[in-house]
Amino acid sequence: MTWADLSLIAPELALAAAACAALLQDAWATGPALESRSRGPAAAWIALGGVCAALLLLGVRPAGAAQVGFAGMYVRDGITRVVDLAALAAAGLGVMLSPPYLERFRLPAGEYHALLLLSTAGAMLMGASRNLVLLFLGLEMLSFPLYVLAALARRSRRSQEAGLKYLLLGAFATAFFVYGVALVYGASGTADLSRLGRAPDVPLLHAGVAFLVIGLGFEAALVPFHAWAPDVYEGAPMPATAFMSVIAKVGAFAGLLRLFPQALPQLAPAWGQMLAAIAVATMILGNLAALAQSNVKRLLAYSGVAHAGYILIGIASGGPAGSSAVLYYLLVYVAMNLGAFGVLLLLERRGEEADRVEDLAGLLGRAPWAAVVLAACMVSLAGLPPTAGFIAKLYLFRAALQDHRVALALVGALTSVVSVYYYLRVASVALSAGAADAVAVRHSRFAGVGLALAAAGVLWLGIVPGAITALVQQAVQALR
Amino acid sequence: MLSGYAPVLVHLVLAVLLAAAVLGLHMLVGGRRPTVEKVLPYESGVWPIGSARERVPVRYYLVAMLFILFDVEIVFVYPWAVLVRELGARGIGEMFTFLALLAIGYLYLLKRRALEWE
Repeated sequence: MTWADLSLIAPELALAAAACAALLQDAWATGPALESRSRGPAAAWIALGGVCAALLLLGVRPAGAAQVGFAGMYVRDGITRVVDLAALAAAGLGVMLSPPYLERFRLPAGEYHALLLLSTAGAMLMGASRNLVLLFLGLEMLSFPLYVLAALARRSRRSQEAGLKYLLLGAFATAFFVYGVALVYGASGTADLSRLGRAPDVPLLHAGVAFLVIGLGFEAALVPFHAWAPDVYEGAPMPATAFMSVIAKVGAFAGLLRLFPQALPQLAPAWGQMLAAIAVATMILGNLAALAQSNVKRLLAYSGVAHAGYILIGIASGGPAGSSAVLYYLLVYVAMNLGAFGVLLLLERRGEEADRVEDLAGLLGRAPWAAVVLAACMVSLAGLPPTAGFIAKLYLFRAALQDHRVALALVGALTSVVSVYYYLRVASVALSAGAADAVAVRHSRFAGVGLALAAAGVLWLGIVPGAITALVQQAVQALR
Repeated sequence: MLSGYAPVLVHLVLAVLLAAAVLGLHMLVGGRRPTVEKVLPYESGVWPIGSARERVPVRYYLVAMLFILFDVEIVFVYPWAVLVRELGARGIGEMFTFLALLAIGYLYLLKRRALEWE
């Protein structure tokens, strides 16, 4: 390890330092009272400072050639840059949207922010992996804080159940991942992703790659590894749900991107078929299951499954077009999903989370801006113009057509049509007259700024996508 | 490629057969006279008090985890201490970074009063 190596991971180090600071600050301020009543926003400010510092460190680095460090395990190139941007956006929005909720439900703020930042650093490591071992380390660093975040509400049985379920199933999936790493190493003699491309095409390699897909597919909630998602999303405290719904996808798809289009282009016919089949199953099941949900958290969980299917189209298509579409979609997904959750975080029904669809009734009359943001995010999730969701899906389907995967694009378009029904149902309830009396809306300037940023992202990426499109296309230039 | 593992397989089969033979013979021809002392759980010569399947305070878990943490730390520090001269300033820097991270966790536990047994 040299200074050059350390300067390479400066953004991750900034996040880790902020996590330690937030943890200690909160422990000092509130002492043994984990669920303190009087809690300042200091931990949130520290976390936000860490995210801003990481963004600055990311920005000052010239976007030139790829830099490799840590004996070739870590690479900082265009893909790293975009993945870092998506992960830091998720962390920043996650920090800004949660204070009113943390305060109301008296969740331990120091722990929440520290875990959030560490998980973000894990996702960033996954995006920068050039070695299966680092990919595994990033996956663990991403998922361990998420297990704890799911169980953060100590007094809630459902939260405890969610945490335990996530931990047990996650450990199971991780075991598959490690076994996959071992098999790939056994078949090719290397764990270096940049040298897997020259590995001999033996059955053992295919088996290993399939196991890797199980580990990453669990984190991304791909069918058939999605069964945990609805229960964990519903049971976990809502800020944790919001954050994990995006960060797990950012990390997992960064890993899939590093693994398939980048490391194993010579096996594209084999994994292309496999991933296409998973994508079709994921899109169909996610969208059909979401139709029947009356709980918004469960609805967004199945919507997350469906979106994982859409993003997988880009990976299955491979090549520069597919990869850049995946990166663009990740950025868009962070903005629109956190925007939708951010509005829900402002609501409260008799001391509980307002997570039923009917709790949103009459939101337009009481919090007009929140209702408009929610509607914009739902329209974007459904993939309708003029929002970012439309452009992002367009890139994905175009990549699929370029790769002659007409069926994938067709299933994607048809299931998007289905999804319009359940997204717009939520939006229309929020914009309708009438009121759910028991539901209170909390106002918070901090969360308001976060919501405004998310909404701005959804509209900006949808109306003038030029700058970000150029960024993601530049990121995948090195791909064949 | 797999034929290299044939001796392992032979060894495995022999081990299973031998264990089965010894235990089977014991069951067939060995005498069996159970007394109270013989069937009691072994508690280092002391009469057992109650069942072992009791609920224990969750704090034991915390202390046990903390013990393992610092145990592993010692395992890590020993080889470093042997080589500290060869590793030089960088080695010292790396080890103290590691110790500082552990110290942060320890400080956190102290401040949360996780180690007090009221």
